[in-house]
Formats: sequence, C-alpha cells, structure tokens
Amino acid sequence: MNYVIDIMLIAIGAALINNFIFYYFVGICPFIGVSRNVDMAFGMGCAVTFVMSIAAFVSWTITSLVLIPGAPISAYIGGFFMTAEAAQKIDLTILSYIIYIFVIASSVQFVEMYVRKFFPSLYKSFGVFLPLITTNCAILFACLTIMSHVSGVENPADAWDLGRALSLAFFGGVGFTIAIVVMAGIREELDLCDIPKPFRGAAITLVVGGILAFAFMGFTGVNSGLRKVLTFDQPVAQVEQNASAQDRNVQSRIDEMRQN
Amino acid sequence: MADQPTPLERFIRGILPENPVYRQLLGLCPTLAVTNSMKAAITMAAAVAFVLLCANTVTSLIRNLLKPHLRIVVFTLTIATFVTIADRMLAAYMYQMSKTLGPYIPLIIVNCLIICRCEVCASKQPVFTAISDATGQSLGYGLALASVAGVREILGTGMFFGFRVLPATWPDWAVMVLPPGAFITLGLLLGAVNWYSGRGAK
Repeated sequence: MNYVIDIMLIAIGAALINNFIFYYFVGICPFIGVSRNVDMAFGMGCAVTFVMSIAAFVSWTITSLVLIPGAPISAYIGGFFMTAEAAQKIDLTILSYIIYIFVIASSVQFVEMYVRKFFPSLYKSFGVFLPLITTNCAILFACLTIMSHVSGVENPADAWDLGRALSLAFFGGVGFTIAIVVMAGIREELDLCDIPKPFRGAAITLVVGGILAFAFMGFTGVNSGLRKVLTFDQPVAQVEQNASAQDRNVQSRIDEMRQN
Repeated sequence: MADQPTPLERFIRGILPENPVYRQLLGLCPTLAVTNSMKAAITMAAAVAFVLLCANTVTSLIRNLLKPHLRIVVFTLTIATFVTIADRMLAAYMYQMSKTLGPYIPLIIVNCLIICRCEVCASKQPVFTAISDATGQSLGYGLALASVAGVREILGTGMFFGFRVLPATWPDWAVMVLPPGAFITLGLLLGAVNWYSGRGAK
C-alpha cells in the first residue's frame, strides 16, 4: 500500500505540483516553438512523453546495473582484474552525461523510425520537430533526476526502483503535455487579439506563460494534503471524526436557529 | 565567401544584433531558471562560455572529418565531454554554487545555443573565426542573463550581488524570485528590446 501511495505522490508531483515547464523551466524551447496549434502541441507532448519513458527506462537500467558503485555488471567485469572488494567500489557516474545523451539520441532515432514506418501522416506533420526532441532539456532532466535518486542516496532502501523512475518520467511527460496544450489553446485565441507590435510572438507567450505559472503555483500546497488523504492511519481517522463532530455541531446550530 | 562576415563582425554581432537570448531565442531554459540571483547567473554564463568556446574550437578543428549524417551526434558528444569537465571543476572549486545550480549545469549539453553555433558557424569556418564567434555569442549570452538577473534580484530582494541597493523599506516582491517572475521579466524585456530595435528601422 505504501508503495502505491509513493507512486501516486511522485506522479502527481511530477505532473502538476512540480510541473517540468512551470516549476523547473525545462523544455521551454518546444513550449515556445511548437505551441501554435493544439493538434501539433498534443502530438509533440505525446512524442515527448513516449521518448521520456523509454529514456527513463534505459537510463535507470544502465545507472543501477553499470554506473553506480557496487553495480552488478561493473563489479562482475571488474572482478576479472582486481579484488572483489575493489570491484565493489567502481564508480562510473562521471560518465553519466555522455551515456544519457547517447541513450536519448538513440531512442529518438528509434521513435523516428517507428513513426515513419507505422504512422506516415503523423511523421509528415512533425517534420523537423521530431529530431529536435533530442535537444529537449526535459528528457535529460528526467534522466538526471532519476540518477540523483538512484546514486548518492545514503540508505539503499531509499533508492528508486524502476516503477518510481517510470512514473516520474511518464507523468512528467503528461505534465509537459498539459502545459503545452493549454498554452497552444491560449495562443490560438491570442492570434485574434490586438497585441502591441513588439510583443507579438515570443514576448507575449512568455508573459502568458508567467500567468500560467501563477496558476500552477496554486498546486504547491496540495502535496501535504494529498499525503494526508492517501495515508489511512490513525491521525486521518481522528481528523475525520473531528470533522463529523463539527458537522453535528453545525447541524445542531442550524436546528437551534430554526427553533428561534 | 565574399559575403561571409569577418571574425570581428561575428564578435560584434553576438552582442546585440544576433544576441542569443533576445534575438535568436536560444538557450532559454537556464535564462529563466538560474537568474534569481546575479551570482548564479554569472557563474552559469561563465560555464556556458567555457563549453561554447571549447566545443566551437574542437568542432572547427575536426570539421573536415565530419560526416553529414553523424555530425549532430559528434557535436553532442563533444559538448557532453566539456560539460562533464565544467561540472567537475565547479564541484571542486565552488561547491556551494554547484549545489545551487544543480541540474542546470548538465543541462548545458542540450542548450540549443551551443549546438546551433557549432552547426551554423564552427563546422564551416576556420578556428580563429569560430573562436571569435564563440566569444561574441557567450558575451551576448552573459549580458542577457545579467540583465534578467539584475531586474529580478533588485525587485525581488532589493539586493544586487548581495549588497542592498534599494532602501530597507522596499517591500520585497517575492514573486520576482519565484517561477512566474522569470517568465514575466523575460517577456517584458524581450518586448522592450523588440520595441527599441524596431524603432530605429522605421
């Protein structure tokens, strides 16, 4: 049960509270470049979500099997030419950036081939934007967040497993899609507005993005309340009891007022 | 090659006429993310300048060996190498700052500015031109980051580089330090720059 709650908290945190665009500012380039109409923005969001999930899966696997100290594969290979104890300490995390960018580039290539084969019309509408996903900071950011939760944690039990990593990546992508689709909807209306000339295009998009970021700041407090709702132990039962007692109080007060 | 700009022209162009942030809209993620204080912005700009300079030099040196279909991969791998170096250097000598900047240093790898300059200039030009282009672009980038950070830090905390510049009665506009302030500041500055440069053209 605890595990499911954890996953849900990570998912809602990535999608709404700490939205990739409005909280961490990653993936701004497609947010400004591709948000001209809703269909395209939705397609871009789906592609990013898909690539992000694949990249998270591969990078989690590589990180936990090869890169971190004490990882099974590097320890096994190291065992051939050093003592088992020294092999447990091999730390390859310095290579992580190079490996991640390679993983992302190859998964984008893979997605491009797949889309071209099975959805030719979608492929045509994407055009140049599909290869550009490689340089989308959001994906590398997801990989780096996962790495920081796999390596460098003091307690091995706190390290993220595959499920947590995938839920962060997938729902981070969902949050990206929400943000970019909302922005595209607003921009379709903005085309009809009378905007001062210097502000047309990117400038007004950034200002509107700022106002949207205000709106998303409203989710900030949700985290603790959500934890309370999801944890079904004593304190919450107490809270509910108090709430029902309050309800009874209110009810009795209303009755009194009626009698008066 | 007659209409190619000279190295000096490329250097000057990077500062305002082709400013990476205000003109080409490149590398916006760190521009928004790390500009809540001037120190962080300057460090970030220095890191970007280091990576851009090294990557441009290397790309320009190996430009005759590049195969067209593999060039993006070569660019990103070169950049990733230099970013790793910059990241380790920062962690060694400025530990606190590297904690503050966090994941945005590794995100220099996918900064469109560097890939764009490698593609547009360094992969076609000799070394000296590439270096002067990189210097101009990174100077322009630093100025852009500093302008956004200056506005945000002064209005948000009343400080500039950690020194108080506005009177203590200034009600700190905390929102300028928070995410929405970044978007709105950059949007308004972008509009102002467009207005200023459009005025001369008329």
